[in-house]
Amino acid sequence: MRIVVDLNRCQGYAQCCYAAPEHFELRGHEILFYDPAPPERERARIERAQQACPVRAISIEPADLAEQDEP
Amino acid sequence: MSDMETAGIVVVGGSLAGLRGAEALRNGGYTGPLTIVGDEPYPPYDRPPLSKHVLAGALDAASTELPRLVRLNARWRLGQTVVALDRIARVIGLADGSAIPFQSLLVATGAQARRWTRAGSELAGVFTIRTRDDAAALRSALASVPARVLIIGGGLIGCETASCCSDLGLPTTLVDSNPAPLSRVLGATVGNVIAGCMMDAGVDFRASTHVDALEGAFGKVVRARLSDGSAIETDLVVVALGAVRETGWLSRAGLLADSGGLTCDSACRALNVEGQPDLNIFAAGDVARWPNAHYGDRLMTVEHWGNAIEQAEHAARNILSDPSDQNAYRHLPAFWSSQFGINIKTVGSAEGAEAAAITQGSLSSRRFLAVYGREGHTVAAVSFDEARWLPSYARRIEIKATFPPVPGAIDQERVDVVDPGFPAPRELAGATSSVRQEAAHA
Repeated sequence: MRIVVDLNRCQGYAQCCYAAPEHFELRGHEILFYDPAPPERERARIERAQQACPVRAISIEPADLAEQDEP
Repeated sequence: MSDMETAGIVVVGGSLAGLRGAEALRNGGYTGPLTIVGDEPYPPYDRPPLSKHVLAGALDAASTELPRLVRLNARWRLGQTVVALDRIARVIGLADGSAIPFQSLLVATGAQARRWTRAGSELAGVFTIRTRDDAAALRSALASVPARVLIIGGGLIGCETASCCSDLGLPTTLVDSNPAPLSRVLGATVGNVIAGCMMDAGVDFRASTHVDALEGAFGKVVRARLSDGSAIETDLVVVALGAVRETGWLSRAGLLADSGGLTCDSACRALNVEGQPDLNIFAAGDVARWPNAHYGDRLMTVEHWGNAIEQAEHAARNILSDPSDQNAYRHLPAFWSSQFGINIKTVGSAEGAEAAAITQGSLSSRRFLAVYGREGHTVAAVSFDEARWLPSYARRIEIKATFPPVPGAIDQERVDVVDPGFPAPRELAGATSSVRQEAAHA
């Protein structure tokens, strides 16, 4: 699956890092490092991370779009 | 030609602005034919990680594809360069000889890395960073452990690259024509904090120096000649000298375009050479140069991630609206960068600022918030690892709040106002400005 984090919006609250620690990691004081292509089986945890974000910075490709609209 | 019957909206540019613009058209209720043309063979991908995690080897370049947020039902023409535009017949021509008619055109072709044009440009071992292929090639070269990396240019991309190279343990030299890194973006006062980080990380920073020539042996770069008469032995050169826009197909069609961008009106409609908007051609993202009301209608291009999305969405709204119902695009630039373990974020445009005040933290701690002022107004703020303070300054910039900010906060005795240390402006074509002088995304 494909995700992207708006790092202008991200404030480093690190809630995603608690919700899905294998895919979101804070480096230094507030640099967010994340996996933009986590496995589809992790979708539920990634969606929890999205819901946990206080500033709603995480965008996730809907599952029903994943195999659609391919160039 | 059967295509003529189905002329719809054509988006030229298959990156962030093109994708989000196309999605905004569908979100806005457009159900007609939609074509997306991209000159790279890849679906839209995210550029910010390229000069950071991809170079570091933490992410594969192919993993940066952007999520689709809306069903597009688009025809994709990837790996196709647009070479011609006929504004009367409303048709674009592709490099393969095919033609695509359009009702409306959204130009979102971005920017391209400025190439090395002095001596040695033909040598192997000389890289730029802009595209996914650029990043993959440079990553591969870094992984083969060069003896010394030379980075030309101390903008955001040059500094991020230096940070990655030092993390990889590679001997690294950065040559910058300015007195400090990030001088054009943030001024030398703040830039010197990064110079300190470079010193600590063992990066050899050469201030106020130019590379005059690259020299090779057997077709591969081996040495750089500097303006101070010295030479650097190097087998890998990264050229990080900012971006240009390939707009020849637009200017040949009579639009006001050059290597600095495509000039638009406030509604993101492209202007022709007479200065009149073409009602069917819009632009968004790095390529668009438009009068930004936040900065006194100064013509600006903004080469940042957030602008690519916002401007594309705005242009899409105007494309779908009547010519008598066009909204002006106002945008407060913002970007982020991570380097040397520090998260740098800005809001506003510090360009031309005359003064800076450290309102939180201190330069010496490398954790601070600096506010920039011009003619008594607040114009920008930059955070080093203090991102949560930043949003409160966006509003102050929008309303042109007084600078220096009112002192007397209980956690800070006194706010010092200092010279931000911006270099003299470059000679620019026309009265334009580029918020981002180096390359790529962020």
